[in-house]
Amino acid sequence: MSLPLQGMATRWLAASVLLAGACLAHAATVTVTDDGGTAVTLRQPPQRIVSLLPSLTETVCALGACQRLVGVDRYSNFPDSVTRLAQVGGGLDPNIEAIVALRPDVVLVAPSARAADRLRDLGLTVVALEPKTHADVQRVIRVIGQLLQVSDADRLWRGIDAAVAAAAKSLSPRARGLRVYFEVSPAPHAAGAVSFIGETLTRLGAKNIVAARLGPFPQINPEFVVRADPDVILVGDRSAVGLDQRPGWAAMRAMREQRLCVFSAVQTDDLVRPGPRMAEGARAMAACLESRAP
Amino acid sequence: MTGYSPDTGIAPRRARHLLLALVGAAALLLLAGLGTGSGGWGPLLRDGSDPVAHQILWDIRLPRTLGAWAAGALLALAGAVAQGLFRNPLADPFLLGSASGASLGVALALALLGVSPMATGWVVRLGLTGAAFAGAVAAVVLTLLLARGVQHTLRLLLSGVVVGVVLGALGSLVTLAAPEVLQGMQAFLLGSTAFVGWSACLLMLLVWLLCMLLAWWLSPVLDGLALGEATALTLGLPLARMRMVLVAVLALATGAAVAQTGLIAFVGLAAPHLVRACVRVTHARLVLLSSLVGGVLLGAADLLARVLVAPQELPVGVLTAVLGGSYLLWLMHRGGAAQGQGAPGLWACP
Repeated sequence: MSLPLQGMATRWLAASVLLAGACLAHAATVTVTDDGGTAVTLRQPPQRIVSLLPSLTETVCALGACQRLVGVDRYSNFPDSVTRLAQVGGGLDPNIEAIVALRPDVVLVAPSARAADRLRDLGLTVVALEPKTHADVQRVIRVIGQLLQVSDADRLWRGIDAAVAAAAKSLSPRARGLRVYFEVSPAPHAAGAVSFIGETLTRLGAKNIVAARLGPFPQINPEFVVRADPDVILVGDRSAVGLDQRPGWAAMRAMREQRLCVFSAVQTDDLVRPGPRMAEGARAMAACLESRAP
Repeated sequence: MTGYSPDTGIAPRRARHLLLALVGAAALLLLAGLGTGSGGWGPLLRDGSDPVAHQILWDIRLPRTLGAWAAGALLALAGAVAQGLFRNPLADPFLLGSASGASLGVALALALLGVSPMATGWVVRLGLTGAAFAGAVAAVVLTLLLARGVQHTLRLLLSGVVVGVVLGALGSLVTLAAPEVLQGMQAFLLGSTAFVGWSACLLMLLVWLLCMLLAWWLSPVLDGLALGEATALTLGLPLARMRMVLVAVLALATGAAVAQTGLIAFVGLAAPHLVRACVRVTHARLVLLSSLVGGVLLGAADLLARVLVAPQELPVGVLTAVLGGSYLLWLMHRGGAAQGQGAPGLWACP
């Protein structure tokens, strides 16, 4: 009666080997769900990455995988090392051929990019992600961490979160609760309370004169700002020209008392990119509020 | 203007020469297109040994080159049909509001992207291409509804203008409400042939074949219309129905091109004029020749877009406007200087 038993044992052994093999294979594959709702599966963590969005480039680098990038879009400029990589056009007008020639394991794009479908057709793995809010930054860090199989991606987020909290804490009482206006472009488009910048300002205890219901970046009537009479005005250096020539603006309290912060192009990158440098952005805004508080 | 000339004597021979020259130019463009891109001639040389080079050659460069030709051919075909249908040398494929309709479609799709998971899923399924095509066709249908059919040319033209302006304004309103779509919109407005793959390319070629056959079949109507509406009626043609089909050809050709490549300026307007500068033919030939000129024009622009600032790319719509516009001006002045008048249709052939 030993024969059937032996057979059973062999079968059992074979089954367990198969199972173990499946487990190993499972451990190596990577599955993430991107912002387009697509589940993306890779057989192993990507070693050759092309990123077409500066905030995603910065996130990959902040997670310690900068050396896995092989190509970036023309707006990715941080950290310095990415400027030496192959440039494959802009996020919206990427050079498909150049991307394919880099043989990437994965291409990171914004969901609105037309190129995404084309790259998928060509057999590339595409992950579409677009951080727009603080919560998005946390989510994108987690997804990219999962994709890269980086241990404890959440630690990066906790560090950023703590730095923003520290920037808020550093403010003296008189620099809190200020009513602020942040202009992102001279149309003028304002950064509303629900925008990424607005969320940072809220965490710094500032009160945005552009209410949440107006959306993230509403185009506003310049008169609205005069009437709202903010304590501090924050603008990028491109917006700063001719502010006092706008009707009624020269007489505004913040303009008269020069309570105006003008951010340089480099600082503006920190402020407007929803990525790992948001702590720098928060510090820049906190420094502004502190120095211009009445 | 789109004068009827009997199919005898020197005109058909010149038309044949032009046809041969255009087919030759298209073949040359195809060859040049295979050798042009950010990787230069490299992929062409390594085709057999390297799978990526093979993919770049056959799945990127070839469909893109063919696709640029097809989009140009579609736009020029639509332009020739529009100019004949409305008896107006300024008519272009976007006359019935399809450009604004397509822009509105794309703006809405971009704005809805990321608003809610359901909306995102819907947009992802439809795609920007689908949204642009739906917008373009819907705009033409709206124009037809407002004009109450195709009987009245002026009413149709005015409705097209109104629909174009109103839908354009609505599109601006959407970008105003959601400024984050601005960049995406700009990319669409400038036009690009960079994302044309095999499926898009085959689709455009099929639509081109269909529209070409229909336009060829209906070209007697366009010839009749050139003599005036009253004369066309006396020829015993079922004018209303045939006009409706021609409008459908116009909408379909424009919609297909715009959906795949965005708004590409000037090809549709300039191509028929370039043909008329060379030969005076009936609409059957004018439509075909215009279409081939359009294909060559956009094909050449696509090639230059890849070469001029390589490895980066220029938006192809900018190039067609600059190239087509300056060429047309040059022709006009040359013709005007030679014959002492600058009226369209009297240009000298290059």
